[in-house]
Amino acid sequence: MAEIIGYGVHVPHYRIKVEEIARVWSESAEGIKKGLNIREKSVPSHDEDAATIAVEAARRAVRHSGIDPKEIGAIYVGSESHPYAVKPTATIVSQAISAGHKLTAADLEFACKAGTAGMQMLMGMADSKMIKYGMTIGSDTSQGRPGDALEYTASAGGAAFIIGNDRKESIATILDTVSFTSDTPDFWRREGADFPSHGGRFTGEPAYFRHVISATKMLFEKTGLAPKDFKYAVFHQPNGKFPLVAAKQLGLSDEQMRDGLLTPIIGNTYSGASLLGLAAVLDKAVPGDKILVTSFGSGAGSDSFAIEATDGIEAKRARSDKVLDIVDNGKIYIDYAMYLKNRKGIRK
Amino acid sequence: MERSSASMWRKLNSRYNLVGTECENCKTLYFPSRIVCKNCGRQTKMRDKTFKGTGEVYSFTKIHVPAEAFREDAPYTVAVIRLDEGPMVEGHIVESDKEVKIGTKVRQVFRKMLVEEEEGLIHYHFKFEPA
Repeated sequence: MAEIIGYGVHVPHYRIKVEEIARVWSESAEGIKKGLNIREKSVPSHDEDAATIAVEAARRAVRHSGIDPKEIGAIYVGSESHPYAVKPTATIVSQAISAGHKLTAADLEFACKAGTAGMQMLMGMADSKMIKYGMTIGSDTSQGRPGDALEYTASAGGAAFIIGNDRKESIATILDTVSFTSDTPDFWRREGADFPSHGGRFTGEPAYFRHVISATKMLFEKTGLAPKDFKYAVFHQPNGKFPLVAAKQLGLSDEQMRDGLLTPIIGNTYSGASLLGLAAVLDKAVPGDKILVTSFGSGAGSDSFAIEATDGIEAKRARSDKVLDIVDNGKIYIDYAMYLKNRKGIRK
Repeated sequence: MERSSASMWRKLNSRYNLVGTECENCKTLYFPSRIVCKNCGRQTKMRDKTFKGTGEVYSFTKIHVPAEAFREDAPYTVAVIRLDEGPMVEGHIVESDKEVKIGTKVRQVFRKMLVEEEEGLIHYHFKFEPA
């Protein structure tokens, strides 16, 4: 069975509050905060991109796992903001973590769920013993058009997971996974376009909710597990509201969702979102805890996972950098002008 | 910073990961790498040495009038870091909620150093942040 051997995350230091964005567009901050359940979002520094975030997360994952990075046989980086259109982020990561050259690598794109697609690919490769270890990363410096509702949530961050097949090194076992996929035009960005476009309210019922709920129900059916069997549940979180609504429809409580819901304090990290939530939950999980994870990528699809923490999670906990420590420590609040400068919205 | 693909490729190890050298003969550490040890000359026996990436600020300055390539970055702080293993290295200090002083503990981070014109390469490099 595929095992999670280690993980690491990265979230930039800069933050912008909902109040500051709302001030610029003369909108109601309280209305936005209540409607989207978000208080602030992370903003990448001028010298950060999806590759630098992926590398920082990957280095933490290697430290946490305790493995020799040269034994990593596959690296997949999921993002919708890869720095190059042609030249893989995954090779930059492999060089930066000194993984050597005996590996396969590729960049993935499936809106916000490419990181979990990578996890599924590695499950097959680890289960079949094609590789000893593989690394999947979800990393983004997501874009929101100025004045668009997305601007309140589109943020930056990433998470890296190392997958293997040796139970002795495991911190959690991936019990099973299923996917639900359809051609749904809810959100897209054409080649060369600076910002994504979306279908407004169409991104809700036929897109996010249909896919997240369908995939999760399929997982329940396939595994025989019920909502009450899970200590934690993590859904993709384009805002702080959608995952809680989906959870309610599936019979999951706010309590089960609480520890994996990071969007209210860092925004939507796109490809990083569900994996960052999983990492936050693993920071707290104890052996035997079951974790439900369902990602969502526009276009559209959801990958759903049943994961169970193993005895090894306690032994490696001391060398992990906790998600909430990374999120809370070193925050620097910026105004809209600095936000624009960092996002290259204004230049000298 | 060189802008050719070949020179960038040759230096990736030392730009991404603080890989220097150690003379196995006298144990002297070097960053950047040297082929010949200053102490041992012809007796030099060099091997690669990856530094941990932690150290402290030995000296620093804030750049307000930058080179053209760093125009968008200014003002930014450049420091001489004494690595925990001993060698001194120059590096940019990234944004932080902590004030940079002589003696400030720092750790290596991975950032963009230089972005060539619209169709060019992106040069990644180690920088440092207060620990």
